[in-house]
Amino acid sequence: MSNADKLINNLFTVDVKGVSHWYGKGDMRKKVLNSISMQIRPGEVVLLTGPSGCGKTTLLTLIGALRNIQKGDLFVFGHELRNSSRKTRQILRRNIGMIFQGHNLLRCLTAEQNVQMGSDLLNGYSYRARRNMAKEWLREVGLSDHSKKLPHDLSGGQKQRVAIARALAAQPKLLLADEPTAALDSVTGREIVSLLKRLASDQGCSVLMVTHDPRILDVADRLLKMEDGTILPSY
Amino acid sequence: MKYIHQRRIPLSWLLLSRQPLRLLVALSGICFAGILMFMQLGFRDGLFDASVTVHRLFDADLVLMSPRSMSSIAMSGFPRRRLVQAMAHKDVVGISPVNWNFLLWRNPETLSTRSILALGFEPNDPLLTNPTFAKKAQLLKNEGRVLFDELSREEFGPIKSWFNQGRIVESEVAGKRVRVAELVSLGPSFGADGNLITSRETFLKLLPTNPPGSIEIGLIRLKNNANPENVAASLRYNLPNDVKVLTHKEFINFEKDYWKNSTSIGFIFSLGAAMGFIVGCVIVYQILYSDVSDHLPEYATLLAMGYKLKSLSGVVAREGIILAVLGYLPAYLSGNALYAIVRSSTKLPVAMDTERALLVFLLILSMCMGSALLAMRRLVDADPADIF
Repeated sequence: MSNADKLINNLFTVDVKGVSHWYGKGDMRKKVLNSISMQIRPGEVVLLTGPSGCGKTTLLTLIGALRNIQKGDLFVFGHELRNSSRKTRQILRRNIGMIFQGHNLLRCLTAEQNVQMGSDLLNGYSYRARRNMAKEWLREVGLSDHSKKLPHDLSGGQKQRVAIARALAAQPKLLLADEPTAALDSVTGREIVSLLKRLASDQGCSVLMVTHDPRILDVADRLLKMEDGTILPSY
Repeated sequence: MKYIHQRRIPLSWLLLSRQPLRLLVALSGICFAGILMFMQLGFRDGLFDASVTVHRLFDADLVLMSPRSMSSIAMSGFPRRRLVQAMAHKDVVGISPVNWNFLLWRNPETLSTRSILALGFEPNDPLLTNPTFAKKAQLLKNEGRVLFDELSREEFGPIKSWFNQGRIVESEVAGKRVRVAELVSLGPSFGADGNLITSRETFLKLLPTNPPGSIEIGLIRLKNNANPENVAASLRYNLPNDVKVLTHKEFINFEKDYWKNSTSIGFIFSLGAAMGFIVGCVIVYQILYSDVSDHLPEYATLLAMGYKLKSLSGVVAREGIILAVLGYLPAYLSGNALYAIVRSSTKLPVAMDTERALLVFLLILSMCMGSALLAMRRLVDADPADIF
């Protein structure tokens, strides 16, 4: 890749160019993504909506360097993901925060320790510094009083806050969230998403959020609609 | 790499300790395997040590023996002259000819007979390193007197208690009357359930078929600064080959090797220890494997966050180390306690030595690490794309 190309790609946090994806093999092979192209700029909050099964989550896992690219080009922070090495993907993932539908907290760790699993990914900080970062993030999401609790003892909304703190503690440049409000009631959901947006913008972190919760669409800088593996023209 | 040495949350410990029941099962399994190994190896070494309880006590730097002697239970005689010839060496300061044979002892209480190891020596010669022994040996100058080993098995009769009550204890050895002059403390060995020591004169009376010029072992004491190896080599060169020259240590090992190589004791107890090892492996593997399986989504989450598969393998490996250390400690303590019980009930010289303690620890460690390595293969199934 020439330096000029790299510079252009660097304009975007994520640059998807004609990515297609299939599941299954032979006759069972099913196309889930059909020549998708999209970009996310630094600091931008993008919401991706669409009916279930339209390929939103697949796109998210491709961007998150969790799946191999089958066709097309995908750049994250200017790095080509297609045919990338395991090592490249692992390093990229350290710069991508992920928030899951199920919070996926570590059951054996307290809230604070879970958040520290995020800050532990950072190099060049002492244990104490990383621990303080974890405490700080937990305070940011309003859970300082619950730092010693196990996920088991937290409510759904609290768990999701811990998950957000954990994702942000690794100081990501891109945050991928897959239906973070699915398991929450509307008020809590709304709260969580606003928190997510505020904290991400403070960090200058881009956000790609998959959701089909219509109540939170207004937090987006940009809205993308997907259907049958393609992104509908923006409106 | 800084990345690896960075201090982290003790995830391995937390994974284990937040499931106390599973941890307890794992630890009791490892502990059980450890105790089994301690017992089997302890018995094995104890039995081998027990075969040389008497051998150790001799006051000797070198030992002469017939080349036809196979072990303490099959000793052959050799000419006493050879021992006298050894005196010619400038470094030799003293010799003690000793007769060694098994005789029938009659239990004075039940009147049943039993084979006992009898040693015959000149009461003026040093025989044992024990400092109080020389005085007791003087009592043997009267004919028909024996020193009875108070540690002999009870089947020989209540000699010790009778003697300590002040009674005159008399019995028959090889059909001839003897009187117990004093008690000594030697200890039963593998081949001999009990021991008695007497003068050569009495010994030859008890066993008249034994040629007077023939002895079973010859003890040689050297000058303090002499090198036993060199003197042994020189004696080997100078003496005819109807006699074998051993250092005291070689004499002990000669006996041990007989029991190691000519009997299946070593094999049986090593096999027992191996069984403990295998049982432990199965238990630890089961625990670690199900632990990894249960936490698979969490491992996948860590992978998605950017943790390396290598650092996750490290978590499982550290779980193995923690299990090994925590399981070893109670095994070590129970091993010590059980050794004490075995010592008091069988009089076998079983004790915890550093070598065995280390060996069992290494076995437990390799058991846990091997199981951890196998359980790590399950980690490959942690696919971060599945958790969305």
